[in-house]
Amino acid sequence: MASPAVTPPGLPPPVVAASALVVRRGGQVILDGLTFTIASRRVTGLLGPSGCGKTTLMRALVGVQMISAGQVELLGLPAGAASLRHRVGYATQDPAVYTDLTLAENLRYFGTVLGLARPRLADAIARTVAELDLGGLENRLVGTFSGGQLARVGLAVALLGQPDLLVLDEPTVGLDPVLRRDLWAMFHRLAATGTSLLVSSHVMDEAARCDYLLFMRGGRFLAAATPQEMLARTGAADLESAFLSLASRSEPVRL
Amino acid sequence: MTAAAGQAAAPIRWTLTWATARRVLAQLRHDPRTITMMIAVPTMLMILLRYVLDDPVALDRFAPEFIGVFPFVVMFIVAAVTTQRERARGTLERLMAMPLGKLDLLLGYAIAFGVVACAQVGVVLAVSLTWLGVHLSGSVVPLVVVAVLDALLGMSLGLFASAFARTEFQAVQFMPAFVLPQVLLCGIVVARDQMTPLLRWLSDVLPMSYAVDAMQQISTGASWSSPVTKDIGVILGFTAAALIGGALTLRRRTR
Repeated sequence: MASPAVTPPGLPPPVVAASALVVRRGGQVILDGLTFTIASRRVTGLLGPSGCGKTTLMRALVGVQMISAGQVELLGLPAGAASLRHRVGYATQDPAVYTDLTLAENLRYFGTVLGLARPRLADAIARTVAELDLGGLENRLVGTFSGGQLARVGLAVALLGQPDLLVLDEPTVGLDPVLRRDLWAMFHRLAATGTSLLVSSHVMDEAARCDYLLFMRGGRFLAAATPQEMLARTGAADLESAFLSLASRSEPVRL
Repeated sequence: MTAAAGQAAAPIRWTLTWATARRVLAQLRHDPRTITMMIAVPTMLMILLRYVLDDPVALDRFAPEFIGVFPFVVMFIVAAVTTQRERARGTLERLMAMPLGKLDLLLGYAIAFGVVACAQVGVVLAVSLTWLGVHLSGSVVPLVVVAVLDALLGMSLGLFASAFARTEFQAVQFMPAFVLPQVLLCGIVVARDQMTPLLRWLSDVLPMSYAVDAMQQISTGASWSSPVTKDIGVILGFTAAALIGGALTLRRRTR
């Protein structure tokens, strides 16, 4: 079912290549033999209902989830390789930042951990603060931030080191529509300047904003294609219907 | 299984260790109530001890032993809860996906808590030797050194114990479970050579016995004698073992 994305000739090699990736947890199969690639300099959307394995897949990519079988390579290296830790930015669903530190203290600490030294560190902090519209909040405790601000702090940390690949787990959940639009614009700006992004979402209206889609359900991919191909293939009017149509077609397979 | 990949021990990078120590101290600075309690509680307990005993001879005997115990206990709890929180909030996972070594993190904690331990011991000793009128036969310097090492021992055991706590509540429960038996067996309540063989053996394998023994020796004028240096060696050994044990329990990958 899951057709791996083929890199058209002339494009840079994919940033992620996985084959027959399986993750089992407590006897349960979470990821069921995924084979796929993620193209360079694109915004790839990982779409699917909550509980379908999106987060586990992302954790496997950034190397914090043990893999039961199969292989994953990022930027030509096995997932979790030490040298990837500079090059892959990861933002978890719950913004994993220190709520008892100020924004500036958080960014300074994570920036230092990423190997940024003084002048570059200050530049990186100024850049991400501006990019995520967090200006003026630098000296406030992150614990006093609103949900939307907090989510952006998590993103800011992921962006700090200007990674080659950004793995963002539901970065726009609970954000107001204006902010969501701005973030998606930023994702495309980053892709245009050479960053590859994998962005997960369970909201289908965000699927249309992606260059390429991985539709996921029950630990498997229903389809992997561009939004246009997805619509053409299913004959659906919108991506939500396309997802439903693909899900119903694959139903007997998964049971 | 690719679990072992990328787990090779990296050399300690002091920039990251320092950054971590500064971050932990900044977190404490934003929580003045905790820091006040960390500094004040051992001193308060000493004052209480002075009036409970109400006997200068008994106080001279017990005070140094308790100076070895109180900071140990406080540090154990603080370290256990802080690291448990780091796990629960996802910041540990984020750091493990970043180029931070496990020892960078643990030594950063050790330095930060070491600074607090110095303040803690400094205050409790100053109050004990002046206001409470504790009289030492030996010199103060080894007493300070051993008391700070005791606090660091408590910290490293707390870091290690936190690996086995799933919640903050459990982490706090480890205090009575891990620490109070040591208080009973360390030779304060009953002299170690009057214990039954089994209890004596238990006392011999528990680190606090050496902490209290060293304080006893020093307070009776032993200074840097060989029993004291032997005790210090054992304390340092337990501290190092607990830190290494802590590093082993910090997993980059989870199942």
